[in-house]
Amino acid sequence: MDARFWLIQSFNGISYGALLFLVGSGLSLIFGVMRIVNLSHGSYFLLGGYVALSVIWSTGSWLLAIPVAAVTVALIGLVMERVFLRPLGFDPLRQVLLTVGFAFLFQQAALDIWTGNPFDIQPPDALTQTVVVGGLHLPVYRIFMIGVALAIGVTLWLVMEKTHLGATIRATVDDAQMARGVGIDTSFISMLIFALGALLAALGGVIGGAFLGVYPGLDFEMLPIAFAVVIIGGMGSLGGAAIGALIVGLADNFGKALFPEVSYFTLYAPMALILAVKPTGLFGRE
Amino acid sequence: MSRDRIKVLAVVAALAAIALIIPSTNSFVILLATRALAFSILVMSLDLLLGFTGLASLGQAAYLGVGAYLTAILAARYQIGLGYDFWLVVLLGVFGGAALAALFGLLAIRASGVYFLMITLALGQCVWGLAYRWNSLTGGDNGINLPHRPKFGIDLANEVTFFYVVLAFFAASLLVMYTIVRSPFGRSLVGIRERELRMKILGYNTWLHKYLAFIIAGGFGGLSGVLWAHTAGIVSPENVVLTTSVDALLMAVLGGAGTLVGGVIGASVVLFIREYLSTLVHWWQYVLGGVYVLVILYLPGGLMSIPERIRRWRVAPAKPAITAASR
Repeated sequence: MDARFWLIQSFNGISYGALLFLVGSGLSLIFGVMRIVNLSHGSYFLLGGYVALSVIWSTGSWLLAIPVAAVTVALIGLVMERVFLRPLGFDPLRQVLLTVGFAFLFQQAALDIWTGNPFDIQPPDALTQTVVVGGLHLPVYRIFMIGVALAIGVTLWLVMEKTHLGATIRATVDDAQMARGVGIDTSFISMLIFALGALLAALGGVIGGAFLGVYPGLDFEMLPIAFAVVIIGGMGSLGGAAIGALIVGLADNFGKALFPEVSYFTLYAPMALILAVKPTGLFGRE
Repeated sequence: MSRDRIKVLAVVAALAAIALIIPSTNSFVILLATRALAFSILVMSLDLLLGFTGLASLGQAAYLGVGAYLTAILAARYQIGLGYDFWLVVLLGVFGGAALAALFGLLAIRASGVYFLMITLALGQCVWGLAYRWNSLTGGDNGINLPHRPKFGIDLANEVTFFYVVLAFFAASLLVMYTIVRSPFGRSLVGIRERELRMKILGYNTWLHKYLAFIIAGGFGGLSGVLWAHTAGIVSPENVVLTTSVDALLMAVLGGAGTLVGGVIGASVVLFIREYLSTLVHWWQYVLGGVYVLVILYLPGGLMSIPERIRRWRVAPAKPAITAASR
């Protein structure tokens, strides 16, 4: 175990964290704005991968697959929020259960449309190379993942901090009732954020599909990890999601490399402890 | 006769009918019924939290997992629990589940609402992580196969005998839990569900009440795990995965939260769709997802609330029309 090991594992952890940021940031925003525990978030991730596959099969274009998959799943999320979640009103348990019901429906739909076979998303050749940096062989694709997450993160941050829309979203996260009181259309904000969350998850599904694969069951594998990100970082906080994703990505990688037998335990036990001590997460607001 | 007594008699009659009818059907149905009854104990334990205390747990599979892994490891490694010592394993399973709940409860009980959901999810995932990865203890992804069912005077390998044993455990669990929810302790739990602050002001130690309920539920979860291990013959991470916890929660709500027996109805419906309907049609999961979505949207009280709804509809048939018109 020399410096190379630590560098490579850190790099892998950070790039995995980049992927987790895409999934986690959406989930975190949805929770922050709507107080919904969205158990169909993993399904959006998986559906994103599947829709991308269909686009690649029919057009051969990986670049086209990314926006098509993201927008398609965003629309699914939008319809789900408008037609089913919104009329349910504010009842956390029923909302949670409804999103699970949809997760099952999506699972079946995915089986019917894309069969139960595992697939891989093949990125363009330019991204499948490796580059040598300081004697380390680094896959370009993982660097690309980090780049995408950074670009999305910075864009989201700018929108949230510098625009009027961002201000209304932050106000809704802090106190939805007050936000309504000063004339913010929180229903519209909810719809927007839910669709955005679905979009980000689907984006993660397309990008993650190249190294995680796309297969039935991935939805419920991704879900608890996304929750770990959200909880460690703090619900409703973008910066928190970034740090949570980094922590979970690194903990997952080093856990698997160093203590394989308890690797998942080392991921979820801190999550439970953080929740017990500070229910809003490390960076969440009270 | 009071309405409560009628309800109790109806449940006893239903159990008697199950005891008489199921053994005369084929072995597939008997196995299905045994599975449903074993899992129902877990669902009822969750209902104790969800329906009576107002705590929605998303990690209840952890306690089933403790009971099941305890049973499997003792049986497969040490040949313990395959004879008269089965009863010892039952006790160990109950205490194992309760002990885990006592530990987890220290962390979880402080939280409420959505945060309770999340923290129980995290704790459940801890148990899953260990089951999945700790190969030397749990057999990892492959799980552990149990050698055979216990034999003590009666042979539980016989499916009808085993069915009766599980039914007896189910009935006993139902009786105990029913007694608990009817006791002053159970009444205070309902008080906490309705308004915790009021109970606090009245001088109740609500934390302790919730903590005890959590431990009791864990104990029954452990019992359910012991029975589940022998029913399935194999214990694997699949038993403690998030979806199993979600299943338990959905079954409780599907049957009707706060009814206890609703749990067995929910479990039966789900297992019927999953194990039987899935052999007939490939789109069974649409049915399952559809049932969930419809019940949550239109029948918040679960399947157990249907008789009540019909009664209300018959007593005041004009009322729904008025509310519909006034909207």
